[in-house]
Amino acid sequence: MQDTKTKQYVTIKGTRDGLTLFIDDRCSFEDVCRELQEKLSINLPQKDEQEVSVTIKLGNRYLYEDQMEELEKIITNESQFIIQSLESNVILRSDALAMLEDTEIKIENRIVRSGQVLEVKGDLLLIGDVNPGGKVISTGNIYIMGSLHGIAHAGVKGDKNAIITASYMNPSQLRIADYISRAPDYESDGVYMECGLVDVEKDKIIIDRLQVLAHKRKSIRAFERRITNG
Amino acid sequence: MGEAIVITSGKGGVGKTTTTANIGTALALMDKKVCLIDTDIGLRNLDVIMGLENRIIYDIVDVINGRCKLKQALIKDKRFDYLSLLPAAQTSDKSAVTTEGMLEIIKELKTEYDYIIIDCPAGIEQGFQNAVAGADRAIVVTTPEKSSVRDADRIIGLLEKKEIEPPTLVINRIRKHMMKNGDMLDIDEIVQVLSIDLIGIVLDDDEVIKASNYGEPVAFQPNSKASIAYRNIARRILGESVPLQSLEDETGMFKKVKKFFGIRS
Repeated sequence: MQDTKTKQYVTIKGTRDGLTLFIDDRCSFEDVCRELQEKLSINLPQKDEQEVSVTIKLGNRYLYEDQMEELEKIITNESQFIIQSLESNVILRSDALAMLEDTEIKIENRIVRSGQVLEVKGDLLLIGDVNPGGKVISTGNIYIMGSLHGIAHAGVKGDKNAIITASYMNPSQLRIADYISRAPDYESDGVYMECGLVDVEKDKIIIDRLQVLAHKRKSIRAFERRITNG
Repeated sequence: MGEAIVITSGKGGVGKTTTTANIGTALALMDKKVCLIDTDIGLRNLDVIMGLENRIIYDIVDVINGRCKLKQALIKDKRFDYLSLLPAAQTSDKSAVTTEGMLEIIKELKTEYDYIIIDCPAGIEQGFQNAVAGADRAIVVTTPEKSSVRDADRIIGLLEKKEIEPPTLVINRIRKHMMKNGDMLDIDEIVQVLSIDLIGIVLDDDEVIKASNYGEPVAFQPNSKASIAYRNIARRILGESVPLQSLEDETGMFKKVKKFFGIRS
């Protein structure tokens, strides 16, 4: 620290929406903390000032959870700063693979029989039937090329945009995220080539022709959905 | 080397034991060496239907516990030399039979007999696991009722996890008039849901109950519909291709002509 730094580790820029902190991604985390503390202690906003939102850009640096907490502590401690977002170009390989798994289409060809449960992460493409008493569950969409007689639960982790399609739809229950709809008490014939989706206005699951998907769900791909909806 | 076939259904009362007795009898009628095994410990019935109840000295639990030799426990049928029965125990605890014990018995029987037909208990617990353990193939019995089809579906799912050939289906107790009126699931519907090969359909026939009460399996009778159905199943097990019985009642001249020439359907 004796020699004068040729380059700053932390660069602060003001924008209309608040401050942006650029943090160099080649120095050690300790250096960042030290410099950040110095800079903030000089420029500490007054208590009576209104809150300032901060965006932190980490570049190619990965922060561990404890580092993240430390950074937050330094910035928000005794100041009017609130952290709006933390942006980093890198994520862990394991996180990336999990994300990929969540967005992939899993293809299964079998019959899901009574008492069996087929559970996948991501979208499910089932080539075969779901018999009465059988159950299919996915975190994304469910596409069934075959008859759906049992239970299908799409978007099990809370994705209300998930859909269920089937060549022949005669389910005992359809579930999407937290919504549940069940078959009527009277014996009913199923329908061909239809889909189930959550209608936001009616706040319930509706069954409609496959064709309506084209304008009701613009991005059916799980990956795009994830990118757009976070 | 023989083949072991398990008759199972999941649901009780659909006719597993009757089917076992009749398929066994029908195979024996075709000069095959057949051994029937009753694995429904505590609720044995097969011996009653076969009319062999009062000949039982030892049972399957005695064999597994080493109280007697397998040959001693086998009961020879009163009508055929080729047909034997290994009865279930009536008094013992269900846990007395183990998978290993079953495997050993079936292995030994296979050297002597062409077909070993195993009558499975209802349910999917240990009794089912034991009965299925040594089987090479399975026949699933169902009736045209929703609950029975549902259980058959469950059983097929469990069988698919075992290392045996894909199971085949027998639809039992079909009532022609109800099926025609649509009050009963029809055959195509059942086969479509279960999606396994159909090996036979058996019409609901008073003769079956009558025959069971006499201890003479219905397959002995020459002309009853159910008897023909069971014998057709036996022929299909042997690999013959036999058309399914028709559900239509033949009337009029055609039937009379057929009857005259002694053609059965």
